Amino acid sequence: MNNYYTEETMERFLNPKHIGNMDDANGIGEVGNPRCGDQMKVYIKVEKGKIKKASFQTLGCVAAIATSDAICEMIIGKTIDEALKITEKEMIERLKKLPPVKIHCSSLAIEGLKKAIDDYKKR
Amino acid sequence: MKIYLDYAATTPIDKDVKKEMLPFLTEKFGNPSSLHDFGQEALLAIDDAREKVADFLNAESREVVFTSSATEANNLAILGTLEKGDHAITSSFEHKAVLEPFKKSGNDVDYIPVYKNGIVKTEDAFKKIKENTKLISIMYVNSEVGTIQPIKEIGEGIKKLNKNRKNKIVFHTDASQAANYLSCDVNELNVDLLTLSGHKIYGPKGAGVLFVREGIKLSPIFYGASQERGLSSGTENVPAIVGLGSAILNIKKNDIKETRRLRDKLIDSVLNNIVGAKLNGDREKRIPNNVNISFNGVEGESLMIALNREGVAVSTGSACASHSLSPSYVLLALGLSHEEAHSSLRITLGRMTTEKEIDYFLEKLPTIVYKLRKISGR
Repeated sequence: MNNYYTEETMERFLNPKHIGNMDDANGIGEVGNPRCGDQMKVYIKVEKGKIKKASFQTLGCVAAIATSDAICEMIIGKTIDEALKITEKEMIERLKKLPPVKIHCSSLAIEGLKKAIDDYKKR
Repeated sequence: MKIYLDYAATTPIDKDVKKEMLPFLTEKFGNPSSLHDFGQEALLAIDDAREKVADFLNAESREVVFTSSATEANNLAILGTLEKGDHAITSSFEHKAVLEPFKKSGNDVDYIPVYKNGIVKTEDAFKKIKENTKLISIMYVNSEVGTIQPIKEIGEGIKKLNKNRKNKIVFHTDASQAANYLSCDVNELNVDLLTLSGHKIYGPKGAGVLFVREGIKLSPIFYGASQERGLSSGTENVPAIVGLGSAILNIKKNDIKETRRLRDKLIDSVLNNIVGAKLNGDREKRIPNNVNISFNGVEGESLMIALNREGVAVSTGSACASHSLSPSYVLLALGLSHEEAHSSLRITLGRMTTEKEIDYFLEKLPTIVYKLRKISGR
């Protein structure tokens, strides 16, 4: 009996599909800080305006890892503009729901994505 | 497999304790304030529990006040002692049930530091004593790192000092985490006030104790029909009090040697097999059931939840387990970095812990740490 996290969140936490450093990434976003406990790195590979690959490395709680995995899944195949339109709400829907104190994890993932795209644009 | 390794959070009720409690939930339901047989039967049971607690503390029965919890006992000790203008001393890594009443009191309070080993220094407390110091409150054992504080030494010092002081200093200790393993003889410790909790010693939730040395004057913190000499008004929780008394008597069931052996096996194995694992708090001066370890490159809540998935219940000093973003103030007070505090795990063994359970935990832990480090890339 444990209702703190949804099965969707637990599945992503236990079996994330998009982990790891990406050698040929052309956009990297790093967010979070040691104080809050969550540190997230988002890697993207953009080709012809579309996000071809995405991966993450996250030191953080269950929600931080699950949202990192979800955001990567959500942006693969999207254009940069489409990716930038992803909302916190849409992300949370992927996990069915998040405990209220964990909502900030979803904003962290979106912030990480934005930073990765910024980085890509600067290159 | 379900394995409970969080005995510092709470303990299950011992089966003998439960047996003694049950009649007081049903047929022996009287109100101890009633003069008829139903009431007097309940009153006798409370007095019997009071004597058991007094024996354990080497105190007199009339010095034992039953409360609804250790939190109430701490609130009573602090808010009941301090008057306007009084100064108090405590430590920076007390339980919230001590820190919060001090904060609420509005009194001038000095917080002495704790060192890397998780232990306060007696001289730090004495350096802070002023003319108007009324209360010193230092816990016996810290709940997160299990480290044992020099209560006897502080108590002796205060006793000596008090001989020449007009404003006597009252010395309080919260012994909630100590009672299973350490002597709580109030005369040996030289304490005036001492807190105990029922549910940390294989007794029920809903019962605590404040030992109040004869001659120490306390004001009630709430008012009613003056149960417990007016210090804890409200109809007594008879079954819980009976349970607490019985649990105190059963403390001798703790096999301290065996608990320590299993605990040491756990610490050795984790430190030897997981690179970067670090024990928090002094290895020797801690109660025999406590382990607190930081694992770099992983976050505590993730570790705890992954272990829970494997059936193992432990706790963490990570913020993520709480409602704030800041990790355990206890571990920060010990000088750990935020990252180290966020990556900590508290594993506490108990009376029912078996070698098989420890082996199972030791088998699961390294894989989980490895996996989470892969996710974090650290």
